[in-house]
Amino acid sequence: MSLEAMLIISAVLFTIGLYGALARRNVLAVLMSIELMFNAVNLTLVAMAKYVAPAGLEENLSAVLTGQVFAVFIITVAAAEIALGLGIVFAMYRNTGSVDLTQVAELRN
Amino acid sequence: MGAEAAIWAIFFLPLASFGVIALIIRPFLNRHYALSGFVLIVPLAAALGLSIWALRAVIVGQDLDFDPHLWLEVGSATIEMGLLVDQLTAIMLIVVTGVSLMVQVYSLGYMREDTGHARYFAYMALFTSAMLGLVLSINVIQLYVFWELVGVSSYLLIGFWHERPAAAAAAKKAFIITRIGDVGFLIAILYLFLQADQFAAENLNAFHIPDIWQAAQPVAMGGAILGGTALTWFALGIFSGAAGKSGQFPLHSWLPDAMEGPTPVSALIHAATMVAAGVFLVARFYPVFQASEDALTVVALIGAFTALMAATMALVMNDIKRVMAYSTISQLGYMMAALGVGAYGAAVFHLLTHASFKALLFMGAGSVNHATGTFDMRYMGGLWRRMPLTYVLMVVAGLSLVGIIPLAGFWSKDEILTGAWNGSGLVDGWVSRVTFVMLLGGVLLTAFYTFRMLYMTFHGEFRGGVDRELEVQEQATRDEATRGPAAPDQVPATSGLSGQHALVHLAESPVAMVAPMLVLGVAAVFSGYLVNPQWVKEFGIPGHWISEFLLTGVEHAAPVLADRIELHDFSRWIATISTVVAVAGLGLGALLYWRRQDGRQVPRRDPLEAAGPVHTLLSQKYYIDALYEGALVRRAFYRIIAGTLDWIDRNLVDGTVDAVGWIFRNIGSVIGRLQTGQVQAYGTAIALGSLLILLGLLLF
Repeated sequence: MSLEAMLIISAVLFTIGLYGALARRNVLAVLMSIELMFNAVNLTLVAMAKYVAPAGLEENLSAVLTGQVFAVFIITVAAAEIALGLGIVFAMYRNTGSVDLTQVAELRN
Repeated sequence: MGAEAAIWAIFFLPLASFGVIALIIRPFLNRHYALSGFVLIVPLAAALGLSIWALRAVIVGQDLDFDPHLWLEVGSATIEMGLLVDQLTAIMLIVVTGVSLMVQVYSLGYMREDTGHARYFAYMALFTSAMLGLVLSINVIQLYVFWELVGVSSYLLIGFWHERPAAAAAAKKAFIITRIGDVGFLIAILYLFLQADQFAAENLNAFHIPDIWQAAQPVAMGGAILGGTALTWFALGIFSGAAGKSGQFPLHSWLPDAMEGPTPVSALIHAATMVAAGVFLVARFYPVFQASEDALTVVALIGAFTALMAATMALVMNDIKRVMAYSTISQLGYMMAALGVGAYGAAVFHLLTHASFKALLFMGAGSVNHATGTFDMRYMGGLWRRMPLTYVLMVVAGLSLVGIIPLAGFWSKDEILTGAWNGSGLVDGWVSRVTFVMLLGGVLLTAFYTFRMLYMTFHGEFRGGVDRELEVQEQATRDEATRGPAAPDQVPATSGLSGQHALVHLAESPVAMVAPMLVLGVAAVFSGYLVNPQWVKEFGIPGHWISEFLLTGVEHAAPVLADRIELHDFSRWIATISTVVAVAGLGLGALLYWRRQDGRQVPRRDPLEAAGPVHTLLSQKYYIDALYEGALVRRAFYRIIAGTLDWIDRNLVDGTVDAVGWIFRNIGSVIGRLQTGQVQAYGTAIALGSLLILLGLLLF
């Protein structure tokens, strides 16, 4: 597959994730949409690392694999972040009895 | 050195008593009556002695030119302080210290029952010292400082009984109106600042008074830095200050109101000395005035007009002190007119004689008030039997004011009339002639109102004094209450109640009051003839002594211009005419007032009221006060200026502040509406914002 196809898939993924994060009212759906956006970014990173590796650095493995290393890091951090986010969702559910994001507006006024 | 210290002492002695009274006696020893009086009287007597010595030194021609002391340097302007002791100063020193001494002795009696005597004598000391500083100043800035200081002490003394609203208002009025005149004087001084460089180029100091004289001289004399139109305006600026202080039309209206002060204050400040400061100022700058015919014409005409107009108002006043106040304005008009037509010596001579007899008249009024408790002549009458000494002295002073031979006032008034008749090379002939006619008319009116004043006060039956006045006032108030809404304007403006003397006890005043009156009485009889003998050369005094003496001072300062002033011999014709006119005035008064007393206790109608509208016009003072207060102050000042400022403040200034607050309050509530608290709304905004930035980056 070409770089363009990779980037288009990544953009589509990202846009779907963004739409879900901004439009869905269910907190869990929003969290999942955020995951989609992470993955879109990861895909971009890996694709860039594969197709646009800096010239003259092919022999230097650490330089060539920067994108992939980033992607692995992001997956790790995203896992931790989801754990945190789910914690907040639990707390929210316990307090309000719902997982509707539009109901959570205590900071207004 | 010794001479300079002695002359400085004339100024510093009263100043020291001011300090002692204000800082020591008033806080700690206020209970001891008369202590503050003596603390002022003793140094004043010493100052009078020194003044006599100074006059002698000037007469024998001792060198009294002292180097001035440096005070300030402002850019190219050097301001010094020093003494100017010439003929004019020497005469003024005698007048000020002499009259002040007499008045302080008199005050010991008059202010006996007033608890504020320490404050009173402190103000009096401040005034005397400021007035002496004024006549001694060699520098125009120094002179201006003392000029304002006498204004302040006049303000303090007019408002001495400040718990009376009328006194407080009169003090304010006096200060503000003289201040209007002083603006002109200040502008003249500022003009000197502008010219300081030109003066310096000629090796002159722009503020040194003899240098200003020099600068006003024609080019041949190495002067003419001041010249042409600028000179005229400079002189008119000085005259404006003088007119304010001396109560010349149209700035005269403060002086009658100033009678709210204690009577000795009126005698010293508003008759003898401070109001004469205006005349002194013009005389001091006479070498400048001489160089401008236009300025002298203005001085002559305003003086003559004031002399005539104030005399007409004196005809109808019922308050004895107000009659005298208008009389003072009128006499100051004579002095100004004399200066205007070039009779320089006569003006200062009249200042001298007027100081003695007018101070005496005021002291007499105070003495009468001491006995009757009122100043309203309608409630006096018949006092000559009870107060013979006061009566005789008042008659002497009154006839001196009228100008009956051989009293002091005759000689000085005659000198002025002779000067006006003959004119001088300084102004056009018509100015002198108009002035002469107006002054002669003034003599007639002066005689009339003096007769009226003396007759109403001392002759006929006693009409009840302050007790009767209060009854009549109460009756009037009750009538008004029954008739309808009271008109507060109808209540007589001056009740003359000082609160201290509100008891009728018809008897001669104490010695402390009568003794100084006697001394001034002697002066009112003899001072005119002694200093200006016309027929007999006695005591080794040459004829026209005072005029010649004063002229040597001007000649020394302005040799070319002074030549145009001539001394005119005593003219029997003019003396006869003025005496006939004066006697006619007295006779007219007698015709109207004599034997019209029917013994009733009610004040009878004034015969002058038959004149109807004219009487109303005069007793309303030509509506000048109404014009000033109603039209100028209320309408022009309050409504237009203050009203405009009020509108600007309310609408523009407040409006701007309100608008700023309104804008931010409303911006806040608009923006606040965007803060929904919805996480996703914020997220949308962030996303769209980032997109916009991205687009911007890509497109531009």
